Amino acid sequence: MTNLSLSARLTALANPKRFLDLSGMLLPWVGGVAALLLGTGLYMSLFTAPPDYQQGETVRIMFVHVPAAWMGMFVYGVIATASLMGLVFKHPLADLSAKAAAPLGAGFTALALFTGAMWGKPMWGTYWVWDARLTSELILLFIYLGYIALWDAIEDPQRAAKAAAVLALVGVVNLPIIHFSVDWWNTLHQPASLLREGGSGIHPAFLKPLLLMAVGYNVLFVWLWFLRIRTEIFRRRSRSLMLAKGAGL
Amino acid sequence: MSPAYALLKRDMTLAFRAGGGAMLAVAFFGTIAALVPLGVGADLALLGRIAGGVLWVAAALSALLSLDRLFQADFEDGSLDLLALAPLSLESAAAMKICAHWLTTGLPLTLVSPLLALIFNLPAEGYLALIGALAIGTPSLSAVGAIGAALTLSVRRGGLILALIVLPLITPAVIFGAGAVLTSLEGGGSAAFLFLAAFALGTVLLAPFAAAAAVRLNLAG
Amino acid sequence: MNNALDRVEATGLACERGGRLIFRDLNFVLTRGEALSLEGANGAGKTSALRVFAGLLSPSAGAMSLRVAATEITDGEERGRFVGWFGHLDGVKNQMTVMENASFAAALYGARDEVATVLDRVGLSRMRDLPGQYLSAGQRRRLALARLLLSERPLWLLDEPLAALDSVGKALIAELISAHCAKGGIVIAATHDPLGVAAQRLAMGAA
Repeated sequence: MTNLSLSARLTALANPKRFLDLSGMLLPWVGGVAALLLGTGLYMSLFTAPPDYQQGETVRIMFVHVPAAWMGMFVYGVIATASLMGLVFKHPLADLSAKAAAPLGAGFTALALFTGAMWGKPMWGTYWVWDARLTSELILLFIYLGYIALWDAIEDPQRAAKAAAVLALVGVVNLPIIHFSVDWWNTLHQPASLLREGGSGIHPAFLKPLLLMAVGYNVLFVWLWFLRIRTEIFRRRSRSLMLAKGAGL
Repeated sequence: MSPAYALLKRDMTLAFRAGGGAMLAVAFFGTIAALVPLGVGADLALLGRIAGGVLWVAAALSALLSLDRLFQADFEDGSLDLLALAPLSLESAAAMKICAHWLTTGLPLTLVSPLLALIFNLPAEGYLALIGALAIGTPSLSAVGAIGAALTLSVRRGGLILALIVLPLITPAVIFGAGAVLTSLEGGGSAAFLFLAAFALGTVLLAPFAAAAAVRLNLAG
Repeated sequence: MNNALDRVEATGLACERGGRLIFRDLNFVLTRGEALSLEGANGAGKTSALRVFAGLLSPSAGAMSLRVAATEITDGEERGRFVGWFGHLDGVKNQMTVMENASFAAALYGARDEVATVLDRVGLSRMRDLPGQYLSAGQRRRLALARLLLSERPLWLLDEPLAALDSVGKALIAELISAHCAKGGIVIAATHDPLGVAAQRLAMGAA
């Protein structure tokens, strides 16, 4: 296994190599922009935004909570899209990017759940209420955990990538149905939902920090995502180098 | 005998001889249900109200019990290769396996559910809804479960991960199934039944394709 | 032989798994009645090669083609419909009797032969009511062999067909291969021992 296998390996790495070059150049800038956006967003959320006339200062949790909840769902969409690309075009980078995004999506979802509970205490007097939105987020977290566990459980990386991709697509078809069923369940059991995050009557003074935080989370996601994809590429390289050594190359 | 029917018959035979068949699922179903009053107390009014929900959760868990071997047993002894080469598409094979799984779990659970409803003090008007909802909804447990089973067929001791994958995906069945029982007690409409039927139909139609895709990638891996 | 399989051709087949090259540049042409013995040490990729031939595994390069009644079949899944598979796993169900195991294969593949006759042919007629779990390794191989016969497929892919068989069993294999080739069938066997029949030889392991 000399010439052909080496060249085959180089072709396989051609695209990841371009990705490494490009992302290596962009990463510091992306990280800087994320820090700037989140810094400004947090400052505005915590200090310049006025307290809500009903919720008082606790409304500030919203600026951390709501965009995190958005990101939890958005990242799942990213995973599903990457999975589809991986299955259809068999692009190695697509599988890697789906894998790299999952813990980030789970992280945002967990953050949304945690801040939701923090918000719940002053609002409802209890940390957890089976609110439709929070319940959907909780199920989403479990879906993330199952997806990550499947990646870890299957030893062969190609097989794991394809299995995880099928699961991601099954999940993305099912998520709206789950969301709908939880909404329906919520009306069945507790007709009056207290939590109206933003809603239609959102004050403009809240809108600006909220959007800043949302964009900031997005850029932060891209930064961490690229970082994780790079790590994964390096891990695979070292693995195939070790395999080559084992085969006496 | 057609290839599809032969596979169905073989899987049923194996389920009865190897997995303890329907008895095991039914016993598990009953045990979970019996634990609930021991946990929450024997308040009959409360038990009657939560009966539908408890039995649906118990049914979902019981369906998982024999699921991990659905494709794995055939994968490990080489039968799956032979199935893949047989004059029967993997989609049909998956559909037959879903069918066999339902006949040995979902159907028996539905049939014994009135007995458990009895010890849960379910009001009389809830019985028909419970049996109907289980009959309509449990095929979706086998269908979604088969996707999970096909995805994890190469994983040794894949049962836990299978549960983690499948349970969140079948929440709609549990919600609408238990909801159907609850609304029947309150004299509500039939919306829950319609949603449950739609979910079951959708999963039963789509699952064979997803499961076959998962089997293919595992054989090719 | 219900399928008129005229020719099997592999050109430049290569297989890669988990980023590792298993084999490359595998070429052969087999016509009616020919056998090929695929030779090589353990780990040379013989089993993977058979899986690629059967269409269970996609090659990373090259093509495999069957000519059936003047049409070329290259699609993996369609190719599988012509394959009689005798893998290193027996696919015998412990909880079913020999007869039930064989009858399932017969129904699955739509066999026209009597199951009892085929069991007799492989020397299992006395144990037809014995559950699979009581069979010895050699008897399980014989049961798998019965299934191969029942499949009535023109292209036999055999993985270590002589393993676990006694001298009578080995003679039986040679006899069945000869009979299959005499009827115009094609056989590819991965083996390190001589098959006992005239066959082309292809050495693997140079990848």
